Amino acid sequence: MCVAISGKVIELKGKIAKVDFSGNIIEVNVSLLDVKVGSYVLVHAGYAVEVVKRELAEELSNLFADLEDVL
Amino acid sequence: MINIEEIKRFLIEYTGPKIKLMEVCGTHTGSIVKNGIRSLLSPSIKLVSGPGCPVCVTPSNYIDLLMKYAESKKYAILTFGDLIRVPGTKASLSEAKASGGSVEIIYSPMDAVEIALNNSEKNYVLAAVGFETTIPAYALLLDKLTEMEITNVKLFTSLKTIGPALDWLCKSEPDIDGFIAPGHVASVTGTSVYNYLANKYHKPFCIAGFSAEHILVAIYDLVVQTSNARHEVHNLYRSIVSDKGNPKAMKIIEKYFEPSSVYWRGIGVIDHSGYVLRKAYMDYTIEFPSEEKAILKESNGCRCGEVIIGRIEPKECPLFGKVCTPVNPIGPCMVSHEGTCGIHYNMHE
Ligand code: SF4
Repeated sequence: MCVAISGKVIELKGKIAKVDFSGNIIEVNVSLLDVKVGSYVLVHAGYAVEVVKRELAEELSNLFADLEDVL
Repeated sequence: MINIEEIKRFLIEYTGPKIKLMEVCGTHTGSIVKNGIRSLLSPSIKLVSGPGCPVCVTPSNYIDLLMKYAESKKYAILTFGDLIRVPGTKASLSEAKASGGSVEIIYSPMDAVEIALNNSEKNYVLAAVGFETTIPAYALLLDKLTEMEITNVKLFTSLKTIGPALDWLCKSEPDIDGFIAPGHVASVTGTSVYNYLANKYHKPFCIAGFSAEHILVAIYDLVVQTSNARHEVHNLYRSIVSDKGNPKAMKIIEKYFEPSSVYWRGIGVIDHSGYVLRKAYMDYTIEFPSEEKAILKESNGCRCGEVIIGRIEPKECPLFGKVCTPVNPIGPCMVSHEGTCGIHYNMHE
């Protein structure tokens, strides 16, 4: 319900980060997270909701291991 | 370890008791329709859509009031683009704009700061609509407004929390066997709300991402759980969702907002299912006038109320595709990118 996309922090000034979404650079409020330059963040409505803990490819390959873990 | 091919085979060949699962979130609905997920399931596994489209559950008289503010010329409306074509009881904000009302589209609530500073002679009403994923953005805006003493922006809220809505659904639609829980809401709230519901109603929840693989794995998980009478909360979106969610986001929500019983379009009032501003920040809000709270039934034949609780499919609404289309939407479910009727229409026409 809450469309959000992930991008990479490329610059950080206080609570505002420049985040790269495949070439589109957008300023994002990161005050609700601890991020570093190089972190991937999930962004919604102009703020970073969460740090992305593993990249998409890794996420998919881990999906079945996670499933085995819980089932 | 099981793989996607085995999961697909299991889901198409499943011959156990009939199972009805709900995907709560509109973005999941979009992915399910786009990826043709339903055609990959046995007829015994039914997927229904839920109330997770913020625009779709926003009451029609909320839109009417926004239009009144826009037309009064006293205020300019700031809104996300999604809301602008949603019909109120008579018309939408786009009509208010066409007839000279002031309506501006924003991409983030934080945009309001610059707009308000650059136009200090104007007064703005911000249409604050959304679920837990969006509410921290309004709280961050309030942080800025109070810090910079900006007084020409007021929030008109229609903020919803998904937990109480799912509680209501589990009670009133007991034939739903399990839920694909919304991933991005969970990234803010954490998983405790689903643990509470799973224990209370003995239903399984699976938190999943939005790719076809994620959704298939979530359905598999829920079918296996249901078949084995299990009712656990499984988090399969661990790149984003942790058990505790984002505590800073929850804290800033609680700083500015308090729980309130709010009206859901097509459903009615659900106890403690939303947020309003705390008393201390009343200067930053316009309240819903109490006499406006009573509208309970849509009078235009729209059946979004049944679509968003999984009782009917869009095509079961007699207006679907005939009178009601994305060009001429009768109900909110046809307007939003996350609205079930619009998603189905766009995929099949
Ligand atoms: S097809 Fe249109 S009128 Fe019917 S339920 Fe959907 S949005 Fe409402």
